[in-house]
Amino acid sequence: MKEKKREHVEKAGKEKRRKGRGERMIKVEKKGEGIRFPYSEKVLEHFRNPHNVGKIENPDGKGLEGSPACGDMVAVYIKVEPETKVIEDVKFESYGCASNIATGSVITDLARGKTLDEAKKITWKQASEELGGLPPIKAHCSVLAVEGLRAAIRDYEEKHGLVTEKEPTTEEVIQRRLKHVMNPLTGLDIIHTNLILKTSVEAGVARVVVDLPADHQFASAIKEDVMDKLGSLWDVERVDVVFTA
Amino acid sequence: MIYLDNAACTRLDERVLEAMKPYFFDTYAVATSEFGYSMGIDAKEGLENSRESIASRIGANSEEIVFTSGDTESSNMALKGSALALKEKKGKHIIVSKIEDFPVLNTAKALQKQGFDVTFLDVDAEGFADLEGLKKAITKETVLVSIQYANQEIGTAQDLKAISEICEEKDVLLHTDATHSFTRLPLNVKELPVDLVTLSAHTIHGPRGIGALYIRKNTPITKFMDGGFQEFNMRAGVENIPGAVGFATAVELVTEEENRRLEAMRDRVIEKALSEITDVTLNGSHTKRLPQNANLTFHYVEGESITLHMDMRGFAVSTGSACFSRSLEASHVIRGIGGDHERAHGSVRFTFGRYNRMEDADSAIEAMIEIVARLREISPLAKK
Repeated sequence: MKEKKREHVEKAGKEKRRKGRGERMIKVEKKGEGIRFPYSEKVLEHFRNPHNVGKIENPDGKGLEGSPACGDMVAVYIKVEPETKVIEDVKFESYGCASNIATGSVITDLARGKTLDEAKKITWKQASEELGGLPPIKAHCSVLAVEGLRAAIRDYEEKHGLVTEKEPTTEEVIQRRLKHVMNPLTGLDIIHTNLILKTSVEAGVARVVVDLPADHQFASAIKEDVMDKLGSLWDVERVDVVFTA
Repeated sequence: MIYLDNAACTRLDERVLEAMKPYFFDTYAVATSEFGYSMGIDAKEGLENSRESIASRIGANSEEIVFTSGDTESSNMALKGSALALKEKKGKHIIVSKIEDFPVLNTAKALQKQGFDVTFLDVDAEGFADLEGLKKAITKETVLVSIQYANQEIGTAQDLKAISEICEEKDVLLHTDATHSFTRLPLNVKELPVDLVTLSAHTIHGPRGIGALYIRKNTPITKFMDGGFQEFNMRAGVENIPGAVGFATAVELVTEEENRRLEAMRDRVIEKALSEITDVTLNGSHTKRLPQNANLTFHYVEGESITLHMDMRGFAVSTGSACFSRSLEASHVIRGIGGDHERAHGSVRFTFGRYNRMEDADSAIEAMIEIVARLREISPLAKK
């Protein structure tokens, strides 16, 4: 094959080479056909035509979750049958990117008809699987929608006296909350990816040590997200986020 | 696909490709001295004619133009080269504006890590550099000021004359990144005391991988790409002669008439967005901006959602939203002009080029009207 090519090149005069090179171009293969998007067809479908969009007037429960680090925000509204605790209606609104909108759509589909206890157990993983997978870097925008649903359920429970006492913030609570902060480098949370070196809580001050230099490209985003997640705890007055370098 | 992201890269003009072809297939030798073989002398001629042509476009002498691999390398060379040349003699302080593009911004940060003191100069709400702040920031230790000609995202064109006068008076080198303004806005180094200018071909329908740095005669620059003696012993490496010829051709093909045509498309998008969609903010200056750039924030909606909807309708546009960027960071430019995340979140940049027509501007805005309305319907922030 190589021999043949060389022969061809040698035979071809300068003139021919000049004219014929267009046809002899080596094509770099493109994967797939048509327009290519970073999302699965399922995500795109939910993004194009999201289900359960809008507001419920006088909802039984309302959750508003937002991450100032990413800027996305999601609101979830639920109507609950008082006897059976079944979610009769659920709607969401999104000020977010495609994965946020698609997850809001799929998670409200999943929650409809479930009891509050069942709906609480819906995970981000389930939503992501339902959507045929999400780009890892987009995980945190999508987790937000799941948290919105949980917040709406919590709101209902608090309003209806289903939450009896406020849980004091312990290190365990902090760790649990931080599992909802994504490590954008991997798309997994900052606890599982060992990005958090140390956490502590004392006299209303939560302290989190992040294993990143302060000038890392994701440092400010992670910091904002951590502050947001911990700042809303009822007995936390201040959040200190410390970087290692 | 209607491509409205010409600030990122442009379609190559066929005439540029035609001009380059002979330097790939016929005159493919390296540039030799006048005592070399004829193909090398021909190649040298192609290179030098290109240099001459680019130099004359900004009123420079040929010897003041050094070809590079693009604007990133040019800006690296300007900042690192002058910093290295002057750190012993003068000091270790440089000043860059907050809203520089990454080649300047991150080169400045790299120098910071090597012990340089960097001032990131504030800009006002339209993106204009704070001139009083600049005067105050310059010290005896300052080796270089780097302020872009026009902004890559919001299109604001700086008052380079005022900036250069300050630098001249204080006897400090001035570099300007003209990647987005070259041939689109006037620049004459005979009239403007600027010492270093970054130029690139990829924004003007030339090939990517070729750019240039204008270095005013006698400007202290330490060579940082070591190797051979090419480019007046300023930048080593086999010369990219087809690239240089393509670059020069691309420069020659930009006309004032074309710039006015781009400006009309820009104005159409801005006017229609502001008049036909509620809660829209123009980012950057109304009057002093690149002719090809419109950047608007559509409040209560998110930019990546907009760009994806636009893509599905066949338009390529860009956004400063964190969700769109690889780093998940909202645009430093929009934050630099005092905008919050929200302002960046819904910002969309339309940049026009030679292959756009007025219909593209019209249809893009028609699509935007529908997309914004639809996304606002599902937004918890929008007034309904």
